[in-house]
Amino acid sequence: MPTGHQDNKWLYRYAVFAACCTLLLVCVGGMVTSKGVGMAVPDWPTTYGYNMFLFPFSKMIGGIFWEHLHRLKASGVGLLTLGLAAWIFFFESRNWVKKLGFAAAGMVIIQGVLGGLRVMMDKEVVANTTLGTVFGLVHACTGQAFFVLMCVLAFALSPAWARFSEAEKSREQGARRLRWLIPVATVAVFIQLALGAAMRHQHSGLAVPDFPMAYGQVWPATDAESLLRYNQRRADTEIITAFQIWLHMFHRLNACVVALLIGLVAVTARKLSGAAAPVRKAAFLWAGLVVLQFSLGIVTVLYDKPADIATAHVAVGALTLALGGLLICGSRLLLSPWVPLRNPEDALSKPAKWVVNPG
Amino acid sequence: MYLTEVRSLIASGRFPKLGSIVTYMNKTLTAVATLAIATVSSTLLGAEITGKVTLTGTPPPEREITPIKADAKCGAAHTAPVMTRSFVKGDGDGLANVWVYVTEGLPAGKTYEVPKSKPVVDQVGCMYEPFVSAVMAGQPFAVKNSDPFMHNVNAMAKLNKGFNFAQSTQGQENEKTFDKAENVKFVCNVHPWMSGYVRVFENPFFAVTDKDGKFTISGDLPDGKYTVEAEHLKAGKVTGTVEVKGGKATLALSLAVPAAK
Repeated sequence: MPTGHQDNKWLYRYAVFAACCTLLLVCVGGMVTSKGVGMAVPDWPTTYGYNMFLFPFSKMIGGIFWEHLHRLKASGVGLLTLGLAAWIFFFESRNWVKKLGFAAAGMVIIQGVLGGLRVMMDKEVVANTTLGTVFGLVHACTGQAFFVLMCVLAFALSPAWARFSEAEKSREQGARRLRWLIPVATVAVFIQLALGAAMRHQHSGLAVPDFPMAYGQVWPATDAESLLRYNQRRADTEIITAFQIWLHMFHRLNACVVALLIGLVAVTARKLSGAAAPVRKAAFLWAGLVVLQFSLGIVTVLYDKPADIATAHVAVGALTLALGGLLICGSRLLLSPWVPLRNPEDALSKPAKWVVNPG
Repeated sequence: MYLTEVRSLIASGRFPKLGSIVTYMNKTLTAVATLAIATVSSTLLGAEITGKVTLTGTPPPEREITPIKADAKCGAAHTAPVMTRSFVKGDGDGLANVWVYVTEGLPAGKTYEVPKSKPVVDQVGCMYEPFVSAVMAGQPFAVKNSDPFMHNVNAMAKLNKGFNFAQSTQGQENEKTFDKAENVKFVCNVHPWMSGYVRVFENPFFAVTDKDGKFTISGDLPDGKYTVEAEHLKAGKVTGTVEVKGGKATLALSLAVPAAK
């Protein structure tokens, strides 16, 4: 991992601030989908014909409030990100950090355009699929990835990065395994967030209204007769389709995969000590986030998807993914790719070629 | 002389009274007129299939739409709790908001004129009224805002061209048309609990049941056998057959919901 960190506390603080604003933006985006108000403003980049920044506050009623707030907040994050990229370009010595800064700037612009396309293409249908929904799904996934990038940037600019870069890589039991297990778990989290985003955009959050069973079964039948029965017994006027049920069930299934993988990371990291202790602590925090996220998911289903709980579910999901990104960086900095020393004392007495620093 | 004879005939009871003559003539005229109207309506105005759709079983209870109360403007429009309209039952288990339409028996290849009426989909108290409606492809309908504040009208069509526009003033009406058969969901994203359905049919032989489940399908239906389908958003579909004779037919259809486990 390249080093060369240049100590700039204010740049680091600015990057942390930008990352926090991005998380807030993700939350507001979550409120937009939780409340189903994404199309409360049918035009873009204008808002009901107004310049976005001049839209009267008095007209921000109902769903317009959340959708317009999302747009304003996104503009703010966009400006913050462009500022961050510029600051990094002029005051950071590491080229790879500069490239990350540019990547963030490019990504925030793309993300804004995707948000606009979600609105503009809402009435375009291809192969029975609304293009606006497709763009909305991509917008949601890119938003999560962008938040990870902002967190990694803030981490790269932090004093911790410099400290970790200079620390000796741990070759403790499990260190090598964690170097690949953490990215695998992070990919699983991203898939989970993508499934969650698809659920939100397909209104599948309550496609299965009970837990831990699904319509009283382990895996619900989705034949026409069963679907009719489910819809007849549902209290709302929404008509649930087989696709929505499958999406919901895969989200539940993948949640178990994520919990298993992150649990495995925490168990593997439990003995890390010394310089690698931050990886252990972060892995435990990761496992804690998964427990919290599981609970929020269950409450969302059982309590009829309250908008604030559903949004908290989105926010904790974003934090889980971001922590995965940070753990990937941390594991690369602090954990050795070499096989562990089974008995360090043996290594001292009979040094092998690959034992570089047996202490 | 002539009057004297008539008087004697009346006095002897051999000549009918004037009142009786008028009554007789009225009855005759009424019968002739009825026959004429029936003949004309059968040939020019067409036939009528009337009937009722009922619901058996106990549907889940309706739920209060609580966000309406939380919204100051929408909440002010209601004095009683506003409930969902999943299963609206009326007299004699009649089920409202059911689309009833002819599926088979129509002459092949025949095209029909678009009905002259212009249905209105209104927004009243932050609810769509009616919740369920129907038009023929190409038939204009009006989208109206009766509320003194803004709604956006988002027609989520897939086969037709959808639309999403704002109605910001009270009484605003916009005329719209769909060209293809489809069930189009309408939502207001400003008030996301608001939803309604406009179903588009290819011919004019459709109806939506009233609050008591009653319907009337009228139009240029020659005497003969027809298959009629009734479809409800939640309760599903049921099919029946009916024979139109002399321009008239009646049909009773029943949908069922299973008992809650």
